[in-house]
Amino acid sequence: MAKQLMKGNEAIGEAAIQAGCRYFFGYPITPQNEVPEYMSRRLPEVGGVFLQAESEVAAINMVYGAAGAGARVMTSSSSPGISLKQEGISYIAGSELPCLIINIIRGGPGLGGIQPAQSDYFQATKGGGHGDYNLFVFAPASIQEMVDLIMESFDIADYYRNPVMILGDGTLGQMMEPVEFKAPKKRDLPPKDWATTGCVGREPNVINSLSLVAENLERHNWRLQEKYKHMKENEQRWELYKTEDAELVMVAYGTTARIVKSVVNKLREQGIKAGLLRPITIFPYPVKAFALLPETVKAFLTVEMSAGQMVEDVRLAVNGKNPVHFCGRTGGVIPTPAEITKVAMEIMGGEPR
Amino acid sequence: MKVVFERPTALTDKQTHYCPGCTHGIIHRLVAESIDELEVREKTIGVASVGCSVLAYDYFNLDMQQAAHGRAPAVATGIKRVHPDKVVFTYQGDGDLASIGMAEIVHAAARGEKITVIFVNNTIYGMTGGQMAPTSLVGQKTTTSPLGRKAEHCGYPIRMAELLSTLQGAVSVARVSVHDIPNIIKAKKAIKKAFETQIKGEGFAIVEVLSTCPTNWGLPPLDALKWLKENMIPYYPLGEYRTPGEVK
Repeated sequence: MAKQLMKGNEAIGEAAIQAGCRYFFGYPITPQNEVPEYMSRRLPEVGGVFLQAESEVAAINMVYGAAGAGARVMTSSSSPGISLKQEGISYIAGSELPCLIINIIRGGPGLGGIQPAQSDYFQATKGGGHGDYNLFVFAPASIQEMVDLIMESFDIADYYRNPVMILGDGTLGQMMEPVEFKAPKKRDLPPKDWATTGCVGREPNVINSLSLVAENLERHNWRLQEKYKHMKENEQRWELYKTEDAELVMVAYGTTARIVKSVVNKLREQGIKAGLLRPITIFPYPVKAFALLPETVKAFLTVEMSAGQMVEDVRLAVNGKNPVHFCGRTGGVIPTPAEITKVAMEIMGGEPR
Repeated sequence: MKVVFERPTALTDKQTHYCPGCTHGIIHRLVAESIDELEVREKTIGVASVGCSVLAYDYFNLDMQQAAHGRAPAVATGIKRVHPDKVVFTYQGDGDLASIGMAEIVHAAARGEKITVIFVNNTIYGMTGGQMAPTSLVGQKTTTSPLGRKAEHCGYPIRMAELLSTLQGAVSVARVSVHDIPNIIKAKKAIKKAFETQIKGEGFAIVEVLSTCPTNWGLPPLDALKWLKENMIPYYPLGEYRTPGEVK
């Protein structure tokens, strides 16, 4: 299929439809409005249902109902709206329902702003709602990658019976890039014999996260942990860029990683051996990538559009072996290559030219 | 020997956790009888809510989903949109539906979601131990209104059947009671009709069922039935508020 120029938010919608998603429940919030708008136009054409809910709270619970009924279903929102969805996300994770949740992050806390940010990293990767659970979280850095990951996300969600989140930011949502829709590598998916579809010729199915006997709930929680362990073993993804001889490894994901890539090139022009480690999955966090780095590495620099959230995972992965520095902008400000370069030069003991 | 009375197929044989004298058991039975009579058990998906009826998924012998507090109508919407040919109902208490879930019930009704809502109003939060509900009567003593509900402090109880009957999408709205046999028979008719409304594709249907909570009202079961009749019915009048096909 030929490449077509698409806006990020619209590409999200099309990728989901091509992956078999037929149900979308959402609520307007900037900067992701083109996702529901696109779905409201396209889903009826393919026999699906778009429904604008009365709130993000209702939308995520509609997702719960539809996922429990066996459908491929998604919702999208931006930071304040994702906060509202956290109760439902916790229930979805507890009830082990597959679905896709898109967060096109904007600056926070509170109502925050509408400019791109990465300040929902903790919320996405460390729980967000209550209880011992994790989402499967992808952090794409281009619209093509976002499309590829979305098309795979529904399979991953079905495979693990776990909600998948795509962590984007306002930049990815709003910009346009050429994309092509390619079917992902096929996974063997288990039948959805647990779904509530009407109990014809079988015992009733129950979608539930309540477990009043503590020992039973604990058993359930350990089983969830086993699932996350399986994800950690099998699903870590990352990109390494010019790390073969790197002395400074910069760690960044999403839009920020694109900026950092140009910083790496700029630093190399100035004789500093820099490289980039770009996490593609942020849960499971790609700790395996750190083990692949050469012995030449002297320091790490984490760059984020937040006050420093992923830097904690970098420190856990580096485990004291090298110093881990941080450079970030927050509130919707995008860091410039010049300011990142300056920080990198300082770390490496050089002066920016 | 002729069988004159048996458990509806739509109920499991599990012993319920409901307190002695609580009328939830009667209402469960009326729902199950309706499902059996309409022969839709295998195509019905129920949604349990949060509150005393949270464990309803153990008692109804059909596919069930358990919803977050107040969100049952949103969950039911998701199910019904995926399976428009199936029968979807929610079973919610007054704290769940009229307090935390007010937005979800109003919008499900406004959209005319083709679902059936069984709304059990016993004027109190039962499961959590008897706190004041949005439906608690003025003067009613609860654990969070120990001197009795005062209107000047927290307003007046909400009449959900009347409120929802102002919405065009709510085509079938009724309030019934289960405090005596004649009313139980009427309640059964209303519940069955609310399922028929959905099966015929006519739109959103809700039955508000006035119910007792002897434990948290601090009354013996028989006195609780009397209290319902004498205190609740004057404030919550019984009857059909909307019927399908009615022109507004």
